[in-house]
Amino acid sequence: MKIEINNGRLIDPAHGVDKTTSLYIAAGKIAAIGTAPAAWHANRSVDAAGLIVCPGLIDLSARLREPGFEYKATLESEMQAAMGGGITSLACPPDTDPPLDEPGLVEMLKHRARSLNCAHVYPVGALTEGLRGETITEMGELAEAGCVAFSQADAPLVDTQVLLRAMQYAATFGYRVWLRPQDAHLARGGIAHDGEIAMRLGLASIPSEAETIAIDSILTLARATGSRIHLARLSTHEGIARVREAKRSGMHVSCDVSINHLHLCDVDIGWFNPNCRLIPPLRGVRDRDAIRAGLVDGTIDAICSDHTPVDDDGKQVPFAEAEPGATGLELLLPLTLQWAQQEKQPLAKALSRITIDPARILGIDGGHLAQGSPADICVLDPEAWWTVEARALKSQGKNTPFLGLEVPGKVRYTLVAGQIVHEA
Amino acid sequence: MHNPQLNAGGELQHLLTLEGMPAAIVERILDTAVPFVSIAERDVKKVPLLRGKTVFNLFFENSTRTRTTFEIAAKRLSADVINLNVGVSSTSKGETLLDTIDNLVAMNADMFVVRHAQSGAPHLIAQHLSARQREHVHVINAGDGRHAHPTQGLLDLFTIRHYKREFRNLTVAIVGDVLHSRVARSLIHGLTTMGAAEVRAIGPQTLLPTAVEKMGVRVYHDMKSGLAGCDVIVMLRLQTERMKGSLLPSAGEFFKHYGLTADKLASARPDAIVMHPGPMNRGVEIDSAVADGKHSVILPQVTFGIAVRMAVMSILGGG
Amino acid sequence: MTNAKPTDVRAKVPEGLPDAERALAALVEKMRGAVALDAKLIGIYSGGAWLAERLAAILPGNLPVGFIDVSFYRDDYGQKGLRTKVETTTLPFEVEGSRIVLVDDVLYTGRSVRAAINEIFDYGRPEKIELAVLVDRGGRELPIEATYVGARVSVARELSVVLNREADRFQLSVEPVTSEPRA
Repeated sequence: MKIEINNGRLIDPAHGVDKTTSLYIAAGKIAAIGTAPAAWHANRSVDAAGLIVCPGLIDLSARLREPGFEYKATLESEMQAAMGGGITSLACPPDTDPPLDEPGLVEMLKHRARSLNCAHVYPVGALTEGLRGETITEMGELAEAGCVAFSQADAPLVDTQVLLRAMQYAATFGYRVWLRPQDAHLARGGIAHDGEIAMRLGLASIPSEAETIAIDSILTLARATGSRIHLARLSTHEGIARVREAKRSGMHVSCDVSINHLHLCDVDIGWFNPNCRLIPPLRGVRDRDAIRAGLVDGTIDAICSDHTPVDDDGKQVPFAEAEPGATGLELLLPLTLQWAQQEKQPLAKALSRITIDPARILGIDGGHLAQGSPADICVLDPEAWWTVEARALKSQGKNTPFLGLEVPGKVRYTLVAGQIVHEA
Repeated sequence: MHNPQLNAGGELQHLLTLEGMPAAIVERILDTAVPFVSIAERDVKKVPLLRGKTVFNLFFENSTRTRTTFEIAAKRLSADVINLNVGVSSTSKGETLLDTIDNLVAMNADMFVVRHAQSGAPHLIAQHLSARQREHVHVINAGDGRHAHPTQGLLDLFTIRHYKREFRNLTVAIVGDVLHSRVARSLIHGLTTMGAAEVRAIGPQTLLPTAVEKMGVRVYHDMKSGLAGCDVIVMLRLQTERMKGSLLPSAGEFFKHYGLTADKLASARPDAIVMHPGPMNRGVEIDSAVADGKHSVILPQVTFGIAVRMAVMSILGGG
Repeated sequence: MTNAKPTDVRAKVPEGLPDAERALAALVEKMRGAVALDAKLIGIYSGGAWLAERLAAILPGNLPVGFIDVSFYRDDYGQKGLRTKVETTTLPFEVEGSRIVLVDDVLYTGRSVRAAINEIFDYGRPEKIELAVLVDRGGRELPIEATYVGARVSVARELSVVLNREADRFQLSVEPVTSEPRA
């Protein structure tokens, strides 16, 4: 199918492109940019006047709830949500049920995803068996099955010797290790950020030190092992400062934050809003501001949705009993745009954080538009504001702290491998 | 999210927390409790205000004492009282907390008195009732996790006002495990709302929340300095599971530093009153001699507690 | 609107409001000699309470005075809720076996009196209860009549008759009905 996208403002942060031009797609790839290829006859012409044409978005963390949690959401519904959100590639964490510690499960997941012909799914494999933090997984087998990295998701890895060995093993083969920095002992029993809000609301708290101590340990071991580390879901200003220091000293480390922590802090919990029950917890204003600044200066490489659909039964309970997590596939773009608008950042930088930067972290050839590359494309209207409400979300997860808010950015077309998989 | 305990007209719809409660409403509750104290001294201790109304005591956390005072208060208002001890887990029968509420509302519940181990449970219920447009059903928080125990805060305020008349010039010390205490939080909010001159929190660093000063409290680690010049001393209960472990080494050491003895009490003003929400751990938070001594108003607190709860229920229950 | 000068509303009260002090004098005349010397006065807050105090001062016998707040016994709690200011009922004598004169400033629907009687019975069983009112404005909704009446007046439904006290002198006025439960 030959498709041309005309008159759009093409923004490709990877190649520094920002101009109004046309895109020509054939056989699932970008055939040409700017001038039509010879003997070109489009089957479909899309008029993108007033719209932005950019690489399909890449989400570093989206829980699709399969296998094991199909009552919360299914691959079908969540893929629709991803398409609607302009996301053409996503990585899913290993905390499925059972966890992704068996190559068979990974293959099944990839197969399921492929058959739906939607976004590309990149499973992140379990770093330890059952995510129990005791024995390392068969990383070679898992990598062969399709895992792009290994992580513990939110499960603790208490034994630092196991952590060291896992990093050494991964480093041997060049596998990436993604870790969410949290000291299990300091975080034990904690629900909310240790500060004034947790005190007023009477919630057990997690001090910032739980993150910073863990970052210190991880970075120290990473230097010792040469392991390629990605820190997932930073939440403290002290933690971001450590990463900035590490990068300045020449260390290769990357990190991401979630859309929720980009905009919210513990005050937003209000009167125990269970949609604000998140991991890591929403921290203080200073932490949120450091996150926003960290994305500006590049200390923080990428923004992800951390998409976690939870049903009503999981949220309509007292705060501490609520299942943590928020739905987010459809909010990755709008909330990134909103951050850029508020911080007066160029659109190219905003899009970079959700296209080429996550692509590098994943180690895939994606998140950019070049002649010959796969036609994973997002066409969006940055001026279209919409209200976040249950019926506007395709995901089965309606649990977001942004319910009722107006956000900018509607995806008009999403293309995966040269096919239009979503239009609105 | 708007504070669900006040309705659109600024009237009390539920009693969930003393935080953000307008001083005028606090005063009204305290003033309304005064006649109820007298009524307790009559032979016929009942008035017909809540006749025909059904009050459900929903206790997800065991407490015979508090439940009993609420039961007495409701019965003295002529309400029908049903006690539901749901045990530790609200899902022990597979029914969610909100499903339980919906079922009871369908059985014509007018008022829920809720105690729950998790902070925010009564707020969840109040928001749910509002979403279901059940404005005639009221929720009273009988203690949620560490968050709030507003009727205790109110009866503590009532007790203080009874003996000290005004809050303006008072120095009040709250001693012990503030970190885990909903009683402390509610009392601190109540005292700052009513304009107490100074509120102090006395305890070891392990038992004081980070940022407790942000509630308008001055921290003391040394009890004698903390009690100097105090008009009111509120001793908090130390729960058994906290007495040994990483928070405290032993009950004995706690008593040594933070137990109220006559000697430490001497630092306070000579007319200081001693309070305790109960039940007391004699020899841990408080010396028996002090608990039974002339400064102690611990028993009157219980009597006032019934009157204050009657006041809250009668203000909520009206048309 | 509560500060409306009497001249503004006099037009709404055809016969004009009685003078409170003259009504009091008339009431005392009816009570003197009729009320038992061992009677006990119970005034309903707040107008009845003032009235009971003055009656006790004027009538012979040094009659003891108690005060009753009927807020907890009213029949309109379900519609209007509790009054903002609830006083404490204080009866410094035994109700059991007593001869009581219940005192109120204005007798209208009779509901306050019904509430007061119910409340008194929760203190004991009196031998007798009589009712003394400064003003009877008719409009009864219950079968209740005063034993002693100072003056009668007819007032429109939208208006309340209110007793005011300035220094030692009583004055009657009318006010528009408020949503607060009547004293």
